[in-house]
Amino acid sequence: MPYSDELDVRVTDSSLRDGSHAKEHRFTVDDVRRVVEGLAGAGVPVIEVSHGDGLSGSSYNYGFSAVDERVLMRHAVEAAAGRSRIAALMLPGVGTMDDIRASRDLGVSVIRIATHCTEADIARQHFAIARELGLETVGFLMMSHSQPPEVLAAQARVMVEAGSQCVYVVDSAGALILDEVGDRVSALVAELGRDAQVGFHGHQNLSLGVANTVLAIRAGAVQVDGCTRSFGAGSGNTPTEALAAVLERLGIRSGIDPLTIFDVAEDVVRPVMEGECVLDRMSLIMGYAGVYSSFLRHAYRAAERYGVSGAEILLRCGERRLVGGQEDQIIDIAVELSAEGAARRQG
Amino acid sequence: MVRIDAVSTRPTAAVVGSGNIGTDLVYKLLRSDALELRYVVGIDPGSEGLRRARDLGLETSADGVDWLLSRREPPDIVFEATSAQVHHAHAPRYEAAGIRAVDLTPAARGPFVIPPVNLDRHLGEPNINLVTCGGQATIPMVHAVSRVTPVAYAEIVATVASRSAGPGTRSNIDEFTRTTAAAVEVLGGAERGKAIIVLNPAEPPLTMRDTIFCSLEPDADADALTASIEVVVAEVQQYVPGYRLLQPPQIEREVTPDGRGRVAIFVEVEGAGDFLPPYSGNLDIMTAAAARVGDEIARSLTLQER
Repeated sequence: MPYSDELDVRVTDSSLRDGSHAKEHRFTVDDVRRVVEGLAGAGVPVIEVSHGDGLSGSSYNYGFSAVDERVLMRHAVEAAAGRSRIAALMLPGVGTMDDIRASRDLGVSVIRIATHCTEADIARQHFAIARELGLETVGFLMMSHSQPPEVLAAQARVMVEAGSQCVYVVDSAGALILDEVGDRVSALVAELGRDAQVGFHGHQNLSLGVANTVLAIRAGAVQVDGCTRSFGAGSGNTPTEALAAVLERLGIRSGIDPLTIFDVAEDVVRPVMEGECVLDRMSLIMGYAGVYSSFLRHAYRAAERYGVSGAEILLRCGERRLVGGQEDQIIDIAVELSAEGAARRQG
Repeated sequence: MVRIDAVSTRPTAAVVGSGNIGTDLVYKLLRSDALELRYVVGIDPGSEGLRRARDLGLETSADGVDWLLSRREPPDIVFEATSAQVHHAHAPRYEAAGIRAVDLTPAARGPFVIPPVNLDRHLGEPNINLVTCGGQATIPMVHAVSRVTPVAYAEIVATVASRSAGPGTRSNIDEFTRTTAAAVEVLGGAERGKAIIVLNPAEPPLTMRDTIFCSLEPDADADALTASIEVVVAEVQQYVPGYRLLQPPQIEREVTPDGRGRVAIFVEVEGAGDFLPPYSGNLDIMTAAAARVGDEIARSLTLQER
């Protein structure tokens, strides 16, 4: 079943939300306006704008925003001028229902509510209020690699009962490999049937963003995420421009014009980025060890401050089975590694 | 009235709510030498908590607060371990009966109390509220910092095992976020507070961990800060022995563009394992704080009688 009469699949571009991690939450009004203009012009139907860790994510733990995300969302709505819908992300436990209300008042029309993939029930009140406010709702099951398909399907059902109209398998660690995506999406499609749509959000940490997304679509996902120029956490996300081209070649209608978005990626998004999102050692470890992609920049900083190996920090994050939101523990791990190093040198 | 009962002249107490929290609290209150736990009431006749309380020799009933308030000798102190909604219904009845209430729910009818911060200030109040588990675990640290240097902003991150987050917390997680943030300001002494809660489903369950970030003025004295934090940790350890610093406080200068620095304090809260498993330090610190507050109220009542 296609997404709508016009689109087989609806793409949400998250460069201005997931990219916030790579930019260390330093987006300016000008950045946001230019990127929204570009993406809307290329036919991207939904553009997500928020702090990387969702509404009210601006903090010591996740990094302070240079510009209040509410200001950025207001400008995004204005720049989109009705061509694209603006979405916002929120994580219960970080943001509150007040943030959902405020986004609606700013003209945001899609709210994406994310929990760790075993904790869907903490979002019940948020889905309920979002629906009451007339927002389109999307549920995010983060770190989906860590649970088998049937657990994810049951959690998706909890979100749908609470009011979610679509549930995403979110590969936050970029750790899912091909059929692992298809199996998870299929399980959600089987569980939800006509009650809600299914989506997929991929990362590039094992270089499988586009391939995984295609498999998700073949398994029945009708909403998928990309980030133009891969501008996102870790080694970035499924590149929207590559996805647009691949989908066109496969005869899957996304509404995004490949040649236009190639230009946007190169001429608009790239200049906003501080560097390319690359598949380096640290990102590979995230995909390999199943570590939340947003930890990357925090691990780099802690490694530098405490003079320890960033790769070791990330491996220990995996060992401790940290979930999204536990950025604070990266400092704890770095201090621990530093003390261990000192003890070894003495011994 | 002159009491001729020579066995005990301690103020009496009741636990209302025979779930996990209430049951854990029972074990802690039985160790008290300041009060005498006498009653445990619930609403489910089949509850494990009521059965245990009976086996421990306490007077129990599944007929709730109606039964409790119709006792010939009602308790002096009641510990509410139900839900915010239920406590709102019970509180006026306790007050009318002259019973002191220690509220473990998020109802927040009475003043917030965190033992090392303000226990002595509200002993005469008819109703005392214990904030949230995250508040009990982190606000003592914010207080330890704010008494040394002004704290413009404090932020706490509480990570708890999924298994230790009950249906009440899960159905209203915003209540945790808002109430804790408010108490970080009111009790912690921060100008602005923020609270974050993360649930982690790892098995075996992880022990509760909390990180407390406070902004520091450029001239904040690092040694004085560390000393103050260590003193407050020791105070919390008096009633939660498993409360410990994981690392020395991490102090950084000029973290934000306003020139302010930041201290990061890492703590772990391991419970006593009375009824709740030790990893659920988030629940243990609530029941331990309740027992500590109950003891002080009992002592103040005993003094009044004399």
